[in-house]
Amino acid sequence: MFFQALVLGSFGLFVWFIVDNTITNLEKQNIASGFDFMSTTAGFGIVQSLIDYSEEASYGRAFLVALLNTLLVSALGIFFATIIGFLIGIARLSPNWLLSRLAAVYIETFRNIPLLLQILFWYIAVLSNLPGPRNSLMLWGDAGALNSRGLYLPAPVPQDGAGFVVAALLVAVAIIFGLRHWARRRQLETGQQFPLFRVGCGILISLPLVVLLLTGIPYTAEIPELRGFNYRGGIRLIPELMALVIALAIYTAAFIAEIVRAGIQSVSWGQSEAAMALGLRPGVTLRLIIIPQAMRVIIPPLTSQYLNLTKNSSLAAAMAYPELTSVFAGTVLNQTGQAIEVLGITMAVYLSISLLTSLAMNWYNARNALVER
Amino acid sequence: MPEMHWLNADMNDDTSRPVAGGKNSAQNLRFVREEFLAEEPAPVSTVGISGWMRINLFSSPLNIILTAFSLYLVWLIVPPVIEWAFINAIWEGEDRNACLVDNAGACWAFIDAKFGQIIYGRYTIDERWRVDLVYLIGAGALIPLLFEKMPGRRYLALFLILIYPVFAFVLLTGGNFGLPHVETALWGGLLVTLVVAVVGIVASLPLGILLALGRRSDMPVVRMFCIGFIELWRGVPLITVLFMASVMLPLFLPEGVNFDKLIRVLIGVALFSSAYMAEVVRGGLQAIPRGQYEAAHALGLSYWQSMGFIILPQALRMVIPGIVNTFIGLFKDTTLVLIVGLFDLLGIIQLNFTDPNWSTPQTAATGYAFAGLIFWAFCFGMSRYSIRVENKLNEGTRRA
Amino acid sequence: MKFRYLMTAFLGASCFASAAMAATLEDVKSKGYVQCGVSQGLPGFSNPDDAGDWQGIDVDVCRAVAAAIFGDADKVKYTPLSAKERFTALQSGEVDLLSRNTTWTATRDTALGLDFTGVNYYDGQGFLVRRSLGIKSALELNGAAVCTNTGTTTELNVADYFRANDMEYEVVAFEKADEVVAAYDAGRCDVYTTDQSALYANRLKMENADEHVVLPEIISKEPLGPVVRQGDDQWADIVAWSLHAMVNAEELGVSSANIADMRKSTNPAIRRLLGIEGTFGENLGVSNMWADHIVSQVGNYGESFDRNVGKDSPLEITRGLNALWSNGGIMYAPPIR
Repeated sequence: MFFQALVLGSFGLFVWFIVDNTITNLEKQNIASGFDFMSTTAGFGIVQSLIDYSEEASYGRAFLVALLNTLLVSALGIFFATIIGFLIGIARLSPNWLLSRLAAVYIETFRNIPLLLQILFWYIAVLSNLPGPRNSLMLWGDAGALNSRGLYLPAPVPQDGAGFVVAALLVAVAIIFGLRHWARRRQLETGQQFPLFRVGCGILISLPLVVLLLTGIPYTAEIPELRGFNYRGGIRLIPELMALVIALAIYTAAFIAEIVRAGIQSVSWGQSEAAMALGLRPGVTLRLIIIPQAMRVIIPPLTSQYLNLTKNSSLAAAMAYPELTSVFAGTVLNQTGQAIEVLGITMAVYLSISLLTSLAMNWYNARNALVER
Repeated sequence: MPEMHWLNADMNDDTSRPVAGGKNSAQNLRFVREEFLAEEPAPVSTVGISGWMRINLFSSPLNIILTAFSLYLVWLIVPPVIEWAFINAIWEGEDRNACLVDNAGACWAFIDAKFGQIIYGRYTIDERWRVDLVYLIGAGALIPLLFEKMPGRRYLALFLILIYPVFAFVLLTGGNFGLPHVETALWGGLLVTLVVAVVGIVASLPLGILLALGRRSDMPVVRMFCIGFIELWRGVPLITVLFMASVMLPLFLPEGVNFDKLIRVLIGVALFSSAYMAEVVRGGLQAIPRGQYEAAHALGLSYWQSMGFIILPQALRMVIPGIVNTFIGLFKDTTLVLIVGLFDLLGIIQLNFTDPNWSTPQTAATGYAFAGLIFWAFCFGMSRYSIRVENKLNEGTRRA
Repeated sequence: MKFRYLMTAFLGASCFASAAMAATLEDVKSKGYVQCGVSQGLPGFSNPDDAGDWQGIDVDVCRAVAAAIFGDADKVKYTPLSAKERFTALQSGEVDLLSRNTTWTATRDTALGLDFTGVNYYDGQGFLVRRSLGIKSALELNGAAVCTNTGTTTELNVADYFRANDMEYEVVAFEKADEVVAAYDAGRCDVYTTDQSALYANRLKMENADEHVVLPEIISKEPLGPVVRQGDDQWADIVAWSLHAMVNAEELGVSSANIADMRKSTNPAIRRLLGIEGTFGENLGVSNMWADHIVSQVGNYGESFDRNVGKDSPLEITRGLNALWSNGGIMYAPPIR
């Protein structure tokens, strides 16, 4: 008890020491403090924003733009890293010697090179060396363009009737959910199975497609074109975003591949043999026996890799991708000079993301824990 | 031997026993072999290179497609890389003109010209022997330590942990014993990378052990404090910690006290990695069977005695691979110090990209390739070592 | 409070900690050198040469201050700082003086605990573009991608300029000047914008300097000058008057070349400058020979300008606004009397 009080006491003293110093320093040097700056005009531009943003917007708005950009790059990174990671992880276990070696080389190469180096490599050594806008590499005829300012793709512009297509898509999703419910009940009652996956895919693709054709394709493509200095129109991916996503995906995929490999190997061979003995076909064995058990092992470390990827997106501070660390803890900090508030908010955001993910993970683990005898 | 087994089974089975002669006697069983058949060679399709290829590369149509695809990948990647890095590479040159030829590959001459900076940063040229000496003694003490059977390992380890850092510190900063002072602002390149990584790991180990013990403590205040501390650092990216160290830390200290920038970064890195270290150590503590705790308790050892003599020696040994992995992560993360304006290996290489004497289209790619190679060699080597230790540890537990 | 002193004493014992008391002069004198915050490498302003010695017009201010205090211009240690770190480094006492092409603005002077002590270079923000674009005026830049530094006034100025002229643009902002230069040089942007002097300086870092031109427009006022901590008037005075002494010396025709002759001059203004008459140095807290040391070791303002950024340097920037007031510029120093 005495020891605890001592710890608490010295911690309190330490905190007081820091707070006291900080306040003294701020007062003495006449440095502004407080969160009022969040509502003052930012005055600087941001190269990519998912919501409306202009120089007249407030610092608070700039914060929101930056946060969304962080989430965007994390989502894209997670998406590609998962695909690449699973492919490489499975390739690593392939009976094909050459393929499995290649996968091993991939893993050992990319996870042993610092991420920052990889980001800078893609950004400075690869993407910056692309030709300028006037000598762009054209994609699909003239529909898209790739140059040192980014990747430009045609954007679909909805016309009258586009709403029907979206509605058809929603209806298809609803039908699939209903079908799933029905198929489950039927299987429980009669034991008959229903090829839900195939039928579901069919509905999901065909229904919107039919409506699309019936309404006479209510979309036009907005094709990017060179006007003045740069391409305008269409969808644009800035090179900073591309470099960051490529590097994050490739780096994290190396770790995910190892997780996937370990996960699949953790399911003992006896499980497959038992399934074979029951007469299950290989596809069914994989789907019903191996994957569910492997996923139990894979998901927790996978989530922590996703979390790492999100935290690693802060390395954009070394380039000019406008995410939380570079815009908020960079530009805003510089313009306002309020280091404590700005860094505090930034750290709080990352901390909340990671604590929320941990909570979700604990919930998942509790739900999926092996029920043992 | 399966054949024999089946044969015996047949012989014991009375009903199915074929009767050859009138009398039943072993000698009369003419079709029972008395000697083994000579071993047939394995089928051609399973031996030698072609057999190996058949099994490992061409066993099924899918496998053939995968092999073809892999070969295509190799063909796509390897020749251009070799061509760039060796065949078309420029190895010697005074300035960028050497690397401005048509179809130039890697500009290794750039690395050659900047090699001193890459290793030492802007460390005073006449004093660079001090850095070499620190490198040499460090390597000389570390390499024997990696071999299990080396005699006197314990003393080497003690030297490395207790004496070497002081020695390195005195030698690198100078300012006494007649050595001129070299400001840390001049340090750079591999020197900074190694200093940050090594100090980070050495400082984080004791802190991490304390935090891990605290997290498993019975005292709620201590436990909550440790959990809070660990989760705080693990939840934020290192770069924000470095920003904090370089921009906020000066405001936290009393007026008139301030630290060198390198020291501030080291404090940030040590705090950050101690949280990760704590989790590694906690893994080891959890793996120690309860009986060990109870036995120590039964012997009447106090908490610190039982931790120091019974639990930690076992737990730490068990988490060596984890510590090495943390070190690999930290080593890679040292590159982040370039964002706060210290020039580590990557930072100093990148800084030299703007040297107009060496700006060529290949400079950046060459620089990154070289930095990548160095980092890769360090990290890959350490990861192999950690795997080896892990296997060795597993052997031990398997026998027991 | 006692605890704080205890901690201070403890931390102070560490050999890396140094004290920066309110009386900066005493502190500097006891250390034996001036700790000067400079840029991370901007040719002409503060840039290490091949031997690692810092050169530039901002560096000369640091040297002048050291000359005034110690009579030895070499008693300076330099701390390279990024745009982001510079103010914290000064606030926290890591440097005694910030001479890092820093623009004097109201916010910085009032809300950050800093004091600007003068202007050693009147600058303005300009644009650098590729010659091949054939652009003659910044008003033709509608739709351009603009590379700039974060955390600078330039980032805000460029936003104002494009908005005021109703033009679209895309800003790509980097933390370090070198990164901006590299990105612009690699073709990430059409335009590189920063202080015009820095444009000339950084143009030298590009692969082919001749392919780039600086546009005539200047879109902002950027008075660059040395900065000190707020609340130490004596120290602020020393820094301010070291700069004034250089400008006054040029005005009076005193240079490092002719100073030996000038010491014999009968012109009372020169005699006051060189400490032969009056006790201006002592009033300031330094030796009466302070300006003599500055001019003989660092040179007058004109010498410093020509050597670092002007006609004798690769930058070849004309004096323009930075000429003396008597020569059509606005460089004007209060008299020493």
